[in-house]
Amino acid sequence: MRSFWSITLATLAKDIRLEWRSKDALNAMLFFSLLVVVIFVFSFDPLAEESRHIVGGLVWIAFLFAAVVALNQTWARELRNQVLDGYRVSPAPGTALFVAKALGNFLLVSLLEALMAPLFVIFYNLRVLGPAWQLVPVALLGTWALVVNGTFFAAMSLRTRSRELMLPLLLFPVSIPAVIAMVAATTSILTGEDSAHFYIVLLVTYDVVFTTACVGLFDTVLQAE
Amino acid sequence: MKKAFPILAVLTAFLLAYAFYQAMFVAPTDALQGDVYRIIFYHVPSAWTAFLLFFINFVASVHYLADAKPSTQRAAKWIAIAVGIVGVIIPYIPQVRGWLQTIGMYPSSAATTALMIPALYFVIGKLFRGQDVDVLAVTCAEVGVVFCTIVLITGPIWARPVWGIWWAPGDIRLTSTLVLWLIYVSYLVLRRFSDSAQTQKLAAVLAVFGALDVPLVYFSIWFFRTQHPQPVIGGGGSMDPRMLHVLLLNWMAFLCFGFLVCWSRFRLEKLRREVEEAEALESLSEHGGPVVQSSAKVPLGGGAR
Repeated sequence: MRSFWSITLATLAKDIRLEWRSKDALNAMLFFSLLVVVIFVFSFDPLAEESRHIVGGLVWIAFLFAAVVALNQTWARELRNQVLDGYRVSPAPGTALFVAKALGNFLLVSLLEALMAPLFVIFYNLRVLGPAWQLVPVALLGTWALVVNGTFFAAMSLRTRSRELMLPLLLFPVSIPAVIAMVAATTSILTGEDSAHFYIVLLVTYDVVFTTACVGLFDTVLQAE
Repeated sequence: MKKAFPILAVLTAFLLAYAFYQAMFVAPTDALQGDVYRIIFYHVPSAWTAFLLFFINFVASVHYLADAKPSTQRAAKWIAIAVGIVGVIIPYIPQVRGWLQTIGMYPSSAATTALMIPALYFVIGKLFRGQDVDVLAVTCAEVGVVFCTIVLITGPIWARPVWGIWWAPGDIRLTSTLVLWLIYVSYLVLRRFSDSAQTQKLAAVLAVFGALDVPLVYFSIWFFRTQHPQPVIGGGGSMDPRMLHVLLLNWMAFLCFGFLVCWSRFRLEKLRREVEEAEALESLSEHGGPVVQSSAKVPLGGGAR
């Protein structure tokens, strides 16, 4: 039996190769979040000062919706040809599969954010007044918070009718504290009025709590059939 | 047991009527708010009942997940005891005590809440076995959502004349109640949309996630100050004893009512599962014969007789 990390890396490499060849999820997410940005630009026409206060919310709403697009097809891919059943009967630990999937989604959504962030800066004439480097940990922690629960709930909603509809219904309520923390941290960095430390600590707590819960309970969900 | 149901129903109806009379005519009018404050007699008991039911749902869900394997069952038992012991000691540590005071809670009320976890855990384990634990979880979630909806409706009705606004965005109590409501609605949606044999397990997992979420919601809105009145019991708030008496009377009536609804919902759900099981067995014996019957997965079988 191979070690935990070699299984994780093998699954991750397979997913990245698949995504690199098809680019389905990335293209869909990029275009989707571009549409969200453009629609927001048409809906609100803010001054530079106002936009600093609202962009934190807009950015994360766009990424949240775009992430759901990627998360929905994480497991759907494994249903074809009974790949998931193969995993289930194999001696490989289920958590290795989960970690690989979560890391894959994390890379995908982070790439999306890196590509979309400049667009927000252009459309909203943003100039960061607080410590800009703090946006990096906020983005990384926030993305992990969305992705770890998203991957888990996507696996859960596999067993339901209309599963694509189910994922946001399960994910959004549980993500509310993370979203509040991400938005508040981003806003306070952009405006430079408050310190974002409290929210960064909160995001770390959220990530630790839910990563533990997901890893601990994933086998139950994977074997539930 | 079945004979007790109509007796309790009559008793509850009488209690509700008496509590209504007390709330509307006997309790003194508030000096500042006037008669509009009387909605508290419905708002607060509903909130307490809803939170209690969600709490039971959480404990029952943990039970359901833990009972799957004997090893986790043992571990969960010790964890429940540990939570009780740690939860009783921690509120009395000076730093925690000071911090609890800032959110308007006495250490004793925090310790009692912590003690409820092992107490409920063992009571539920004694009274409900097998699939019954899951039936209890779904019953409590459904009735809890109804009570929580009452809280969320009566709150704004009161807030409009007193605060001048329907809803205070970012308020710690309002937001955490709303998020709790959202989580449990998504729990019910999951149960409705999922029709595999493992719905119970998935729902129990979601209930655990929801319970982990609640403290985080609370901290995420930490910096937004609350407009909500201080808690009436176990907190810094003060209330005329005559009003408090009526409030407790109303809570008793609401608890009886909630218990009654849960009871009949519990029986209904059990009957529904029995019918489903019987139908599944019947269709199996028609098509596959008795050989298949023994090995087939009957969707909601197990403990439901």
